[in-house]
Amino acid sequence: MIIVNGQSSDVPAGETVAGVLARMGLAEGARGVAVAVDGEVVPRADWGSHALGEHARIEVLTAMQGG
Amino acid sequence: MEDPLIIAGRRLRSRLILGTGGFPSLELMAAAIAASGSELVTVALRRIDPNARGSLVDVLAAAGVELLPNTAGCHTARDAVLTARLAREAFATDWIKLEVIGDEDTLLPDAPELLRAAEELVDEGFVVLPYTTDDPVLARRLADIGCAAVMPLGSPIGSGMGIRNPYNIALVREAVDVPVVLDAGIGTASDAALAMELGCDAVMAASAIARAQDPVRMAEAMRDAVRAGRLAYTAGRIPRRTFASASSPVEGLAEFAQSSEQLT
Repeated sequence: MIIVNGQSSDVPAGETVAGVLARMGLAEGARGVAVAVDGEVVPRADWGSHALGEHARIEVLTAMQGG
Repeated sequence: MEDPLIIAGRRLRSRLILGTGGFPSLELMAAAIAASGSELVTVALRRIDPNARGSLVDVLAAAGVELLPNTAGCHTARDAVLTARLAREAFATDWIKLEVIGDEDTLLPDAPELLRAAEELVDEGFVVLPYTTDDPVLARRLADIGCAAVMPLGSPIGSGMGIRNPYNIALVREAVDVPVVLDAGIGTASDAALAMELGCDAVMAASAIARAQDPVRMAEAMRDAVRAGRLAYTAGRIPRRTFASASSPVEGLAEFAQSSEQLT
């Protein structure tokens, strides 16, 4: 089971980071988005190639209003 | 008169840094940013909400301001460093407002974790602006590590209690050679002016503007207060004294005859 932003998902193992973003409705060139998989940053250049393992935890983050 | 704030080689005309949190709407936030004259605003990094209406990044880009991402909510050096790396990736900036919180009730910084995170991020090439206590020794340690500025608190985040220990803020100013940005605790315009009069190079305001009854008007007040405080600081104030010192000359004072008669 792959965990996306803390929620269990039906994303299959082997899916790429770019694939997960597309499932979330995010455009490929989405501005102000960063991704961590299992506590490591995945650079934008690797989104298309970085495949998720079976128990991967992916965090998809963006800017929120904050002090 | 040109009197820019320079942090890590970047020139900023405004000495007011704005937090974007707490505004009732993005429209009000944009209007307040415009009224404040600020060129640098903080943002937090959080899980994306695909259903969110309006993009904060787009609104801030339209406002023409630079982003200063923060690590708000991080309690360990490890989380703060990872958040900073993600912010660099998301916003293509090396600048990071480093916050490592040690206590939920006061939101005071965790000094050992803060130093650890600052050291790591400086090593990784970040321009680090740490939120710190008003302790001049800690501020000097942060500056010695290579932080680009220090951001001492006036009082706890969001408390609006102003500058509780102005002597420490003045000591922080003397302790470091990097810009000092008064962070946290600003409640109203006079607090911002005081910070500048104490020698701070800039002021960061968030809740004081965003949660004011009229955020746009308060943003304008902060703009003027920061400017007035800076002018007063660079003008050099008169020393405080116990007794009066007449400002009209004594010489040439008229002598009137027999003042025994009372005015009726």
